[in-house]
Amino acid sequence: MSAISASEKVDGFTRKSMRKAQKQRKSQGSSQYRTHTAPVELSPLPQLKDAPSTEQQELFTQKLQQCCMLFDFLDSVTDLKSKEIKRATLNELVDYVSTNRGVLVEPAYPEITNMICTNIFRVLPPSENPDFDPEEDEPTLEAAWPHIQLVYEFLLRFLENPDFQPSIAKRYIDQKFVLQLLELFDSEDPRERDFLKTILHRIYGKFLGLRAFIRKQINNIFLRFIYETEHFNGVAELLEILGSIINGFALPLKAEHKQFLMKVLIPLHTAKGLALFHAQLAYCVVQFLEKDPTLTEPVIRGLLKFWPKTCSQKEVMFLGEIEEILDVIEPTQFKKIQEPLFKQISKCVTNPHFQVAERALYFWNNEYILSLIEENIDKILPIMFGSLYRISKEHWNPTIVALVYNVLKTLMEMNCTLFDELTSSYKADRQREKKKEQEREELWKKLEELKLSDMPLVQNNSHGLPSVQNNNNNNNNSNSNHEDQERSAAAVTADDKDPDATAAVSESTPCAK
Amino acid sequence: MAGADGDDSLYPIAVLIDELRNEDVQLRLNSIKKLSTIALALGVERTRTELLPFLTDTIYDEDEVLLALAEQLGNFTMLVGGPEYVHCLLPPLESLATVEETVVRDKAVESLRKISQEHSPVDLEVHFEPLVKRLASGDWFTSRTSACGLFSVCYPRVTSTVKAEIRQHFRTLCSDDTPMVRRAAASKLGEFAKVLELEYVKSDIISLFTALASDEQDSVRLLAVEACVSIATLLPQEDLETLVMPTLRQAAEDKSWRVRYMVADKFSELQKAVGPEITKNDLVPAFQNLLKDCEAEVRAAAANKVKEFCENLPEDNREQIIMTHILPCVKELVSDTNQHVKSALASVIMGLSTILGKDNTIEHLLPLFLAQLKDECPEVRLNIISNLDCVNEVIGIRQLSQSLLPAIVELAEDAKWRVRLAIIEYMPLLAGQLGVEFFDEKLNTLCMAWLIDHVYAIREAATCNLMKLVEKFGAEWAQNTIVPKVLGMANDPNYLHRMTTLFCINALSKACGQEITTKQMLPVVLKMSNDQVANVRFNVAKSLQKIGPILDSNALQTEVKPVLEKLASDTDMDVKYFAQEAISVLALA
Repeated sequence: MSAISASEKVDGFTRKSMRKAQKQRKSQGSSQYRTHTAPVELSPLPQLKDAPSTEQQELFTQKLQQCCMLFDFLDSVTDLKSKEIKRATLNELVDYVSTNRGVLVEPAYPEITNMICTNIFRVLPPSENPDFDPEEDEPTLEAAWPHIQLVYEFLLRFLENPDFQPSIAKRYIDQKFVLQLLELFDSEDPRERDFLKTILHRIYGKFLGLRAFIRKQINNIFLRFIYETEHFNGVAELLEILGSIINGFALPLKAEHKQFLMKVLIPLHTAKGLALFHAQLAYCVVQFLEKDPTLTEPVIRGLLKFWPKTCSQKEVMFLGEIEEILDVIEPTQFKKIQEPLFKQISKCVTNPHFQVAERALYFWNNEYILSLIEENIDKILPIMFGSLYRISKEHWNPTIVALVYNVLKTLMEMNCTLFDELTSSYKADRQREKKKEQEREELWKKLEELKLSDMPLVQNNSHGLPSVQNNNNNNNNSNSNHEDQERSAAAVTADDKDPDATAAVSESTPCAK
Repeated sequence: MAGADGDDSLYPIAVLIDELRNEDVQLRLNSIKKLSTIALALGVERTRTELLPFLTDTIYDEDEVLLALAEQLGNFTMLVGGPEYVHCLLPPLESLATVEETVVRDKAVESLRKISQEHSPVDLEVHFEPLVKRLASGDWFTSRTSACGLFSVCYPRVTSTVKAEIRQHFRTLCSDDTPMVRRAAASKLGEFAKVLELEYVKSDIISLFTALASDEQDSVRLLAVEACVSIATLLPQEDLETLVMPTLRQAAEDKSWRVRYMVADKFSELQKAVGPEITKNDLVPAFQNLLKDCEAEVRAAAANKVKEFCENLPEDNREQIIMTHILPCVKELVSDTNQHVKSALASVIMGLSTILGKDNTIEHLLPLFLAQLKDECPEVRLNIISNLDCVNEVIGIRQLSQSLLPAIVELAEDAKWRVRLAIIEYMPLLAGQLGVEFFDEKLNTLCMAWLIDHVYAIREAATCNLMKLVEKFGAEWAQNTIVPKVLGMANDPNYLHRMTTLFCINALSKACGQEITTKQMLPVVLKMSNDQVANVRFNVAKSLQKIGPILDSNALQTEVKPVLEKLASDTDMDVKYFAQEAISVLALA
């Protein structure tokens, strides 16, 4: 019987994270499938610095080979001595390649890369908890980190060594190497991803021949993430690298890069876990626009296409990104997208979720955006007016109402005449809209009749369509279902002491009211 | 056809088409869902010349709209003028098959597959097959992935030259440099193999299969395992060893746990596909390894297959294989460190008893069942209890009763209400198998305790449980053991418990019969009509309506009617409503 705390017995609704924390194991071994037989005990080799220089190279190789022995770190009591020897040796190797010149002779390269590959390239184990929520849950850490960390450190020093020669190394650090490195970005351990980020960056910098390949593979990882698995831990890190890669793109941008922007970066915005990498993603997008302002229109249209429909948190992020884009937008580009953009903003302003409304209204605190609006006030004011006017009267949140008043005031000062016109025609406009709505309903009714008369042929559109919307947006609902049910069941308990809550409880309310 | 409806009906259609351009997605969506109506009204000619080109142009839209469109077009054949014109639907579907969103693309492919059947062989070659080729050689990966799903529908119906081309295209896609495309090809490999001539299965498919099964990406390799099942079914037994088995053996020992998981997950299918001989020589050791895998995911998937695997072993030495090879692994899994593994095993392990027979069950399996009944994880215990019927047939449940009881009691008080709910649902079964004496002695108190559980779903299930028990043990038993306790709750200070009395009466009255209902239950219900809580009062009305038909007319007229009339003039609106409803249903007005 698992231990259940008294508090949990009482309310049964302890936070998800707390319940998870109880069962969570802190670290995890790699999925090493019969890669090694039981480790042979290591015996310490003499220190490199004590060896005569003629023998150093040979000793270096021996030490590299010694470090190819892998140990089981989940079992914290076995091979303690050997583990310690390997750790010390790795430390020594790190030191050796970072402080000495002339140690990277050609025959050392295959030994070095072999040691690195043996240690870091491994199949990542299944996730301890499949619905890992990086914002709530503790990541599972790599158990073998005491060794793996040093191997990463060594790889980095190796790449950064002034004697390092990409022309020799490229025989070993090849496409296959990079591919395996990229797969490790899925590691749950943030320390590992951080190392990988720096290392991949160095490789991208030093191996010109691998650049296109690296970009392409990152592309594939993202596409798989967006359209297939929705799961990859290293998106933020890869985007961070891309941010600086994009920075270095030559002008004019190649078609390949533009395609990456439109077909990968923009769709990345649909991901469920956007919050985890939005900052890096927005940075990449803005980098692109700074390079080539003509991309502004397609980018903004893309964002509008994927605008979140049910997730307010993501909507706030989108608004943040739009503001970042507007900060660097050229006035000519602004004119091209102002209409669709402000239609969306006008919807956001009326959002019942005050954070969304607030974030949108903050645009009016931005001097540059204000100047853009002012320049185009005759186009923007008619789009915004209706929504602003309505929520100035209707929004439940006083802060929003106060903000809206300020915005209305600012807009009025920009074009007083137009503002007055819109105010006086507001009612007529609403009525016209209502009438249009009625006409539409009439139309549908007529159509239904038509359909009835033609019934036999038209049965095929009654099939329920699976909704894409769920895919594009957060499916928060499905996650919380389980708890909702528990809650509703216990709501009954809460009523125990309140027999006055009567009528509301009746199961169906067919009352003739 | 409908085009003759006159101008009056065409006006709304024009507006509707206009709505397809509306800014509001929802309106566009509504409109697209009525597309068949629009087409019907336009008539086949204008649908072909105006509507379809228009739709082909509007492909840049919200995915939601595109999905609806992709589905609609699959059913459009009659609306464009029948099979003769079905190829008109290809251009819009082709565009839809290239969009990014997987759901849309898949739907477009589904529709294309559907209408491919409506093409004549000639049209298939003139219109459909070129489309497949265009998709297969598209620039962006989306069109190539879509193409993968279309080969198998056109292959059987084209000439042999075209067939050769199709095979070539499929080969190319299997070695595409985008993993997404290779995954799509791998997932359609089995399906494509089925429509190929056997000689090409041997020459083409096997080499593709081998290549995909050793792809650098594990996500591709694991899909090849799925294809393995279909391919193995197609080949004659004597070819399996050389053509399929090397790859399958390699997959069962793949370094990626995902691939091994897939092998475990498909194990029964694989076993059937390769036949008894290979199973004995190869799959038994492979299965043992999967049961001992280092990853819990793999072990759990394999554990799930234990029963099926054993069932499908060749009968001549089934028992021996199980006893010497499988059972030792199963024994280890009973004390696995991972609860999902144990729980997967617990859901099938009882099934082994029918295969192994009484003696083996008592000697070898019983200790395992007992160990699992004491497992720390409730799911494991629950899975054992829920499969008790299998073992009951072989050795009888009494063998287990000593261990069963503590397990049941603990589950009955589990902190998770779902666990409690699950055990309640097995109560009638357990009661039947354990007999009334055992039940009265050990389980009755539990059943009554659930009636005052703090979760409504449990109280409700407990009520239903009582009804089933009465059906099993009879009215007399009910009168002696259950009814007094239920009726006692009518005086409980908690109104929810008082209501539970009413719910129980609703459920039990029919099973208990007229006498008990009239003499014992009715007075209690009537008395409760004076309850101070309105919820109780309107439930009294509902209960009366429910038990009314069981009562005799005398009791109805003299006892029920006055009470309902009083309730019908209650101050509470809901009480009034239900009282009136009861009066009219029981025809007491």
